[in-house]
Amino acid sequence: MPAPAADATTALREKFPQATVRASLDHPAVNIPAADVSTVLKYLRDEAAFDMLVDVTAIDWAEGVSPRFTMVYHLLSTTYHTYLRVAADCVNDAEPSVPSVVSLWPGANWHERETYDMFGIKFEGHPDLRRILMWDGYPHFPLRKEFPLAGIETPLPDAEVSAETGANLIAAPMMGGPFVAAPGEINMTDAEPRAKDESWTEKREKPE
Amino acid sequence: MVTANSELAYNSKIEGEVIVTKADAVINWIRTSSMWPMPMGLACCAIELMGVGASRFDIARFGAEVMRFSPRQADCMIVAGTVTYKMAAAVRRIYDQMSSPKWVIAMGACASTGGMYRSYAVLQGVDRIIPVDVYVSGCPPRPEALLDALIKLQAKVKREPSAKNLLSA
Repeated sequence: MPAPAADATTALREKFPQATVRASLDHPAVNIPAADVSTVLKYLRDEAAFDMLVDVTAIDWAEGVSPRFTMVYHLLSTTYHTYLRVAADCVNDAEPSVPSVVSLWPGANWHERETYDMFGIKFEGHPDLRRILMWDGYPHFPLRKEFPLAGIETPLPDAEVSAETGANLIAAPMMGGPFVAAPGEINMTDAEPRAKDESWTEKREKPE
Repeated sequence: MVTANSELAYNSKIEGEVIVTKADAVINWIRTSSMWPMPMGLACCAIELMGVGASRFDIARFGAEVMRFSPRQADCMIVAGTVTYKMAAAVRRIYDQMSSPKWVIAMGACASTGGMYRSYAVLQGVDRIIPVDVYVSGCPPRPEALLDALIKLQAKVKREPSAKNLLSA
């Protein structure tokens, strides 16, 4: 009989010594190497009763940080009603990639496509790795740290419509936009203490 | 002895089968009285659009109840919702497929300006790719607001020099 999450973490670390405990405020979490993602998740699904893949996402820790990209999987045990978070650092910072888990959970398909769309992380073995929210051929990955809040001007996806209307994809900064309560000199650190790293805006340079 | 005509309505027995009017008035009357909408429902505004079509608000009172899901048969595109850049090409293409004369109502904040979505993914107002006749504020607008927009559009159409436009086309 499989065990609940806390024991599952222990059992997992016994079976996979390369797994380490990850600091977490809510659910148990483990770090594993990116190469072992398929093996570990298959073990968790088949032998530790974590049968449901709730979420697949990624973290971009910023340019120049290594490892830069971390994959995050959230698992749920429908037997024990416990969650487990599995994180895996991508090895290559410039062209990150991890094994796909679509063969374990077909539901991971669109999650991985979204993660690829937003972060540019390649999923090896994914059956249909296309962008899902942005259009094919969009040149940027919008949730990467180097992508500015203000956006980047790009041509419209449809060249015909672009030629007809002269419209293009415009940068749409929040600063000075219609939904900023106090445009201009608002200090985000004072206004929102939780947004410590957002004291910079489009108008004020990011402090080094 | 001749008496004054007390008939309030047109009486063909007295007046004959002839009505005198202006071509503009007739054409615009035809156009405004059955303006078939092309529902371009892209987000939550489309739910309000359904409310407008249903019995409580009843857009049929204004002759616009026949929602056409084929652009060829529609007169007025109601852009109800967030237009993403990915969807923008499709919206423009459907607009191009509508036969003239055609009008556009931008329903809600997103269709009018991009709304709260100042982002890399959202077109900042549908008027960047298609000409908009009436903008409706609200997020989403009340059904009454859309009915008001339709009435305003009808008033606008009634002012058009349609006969001149047709002859010069």
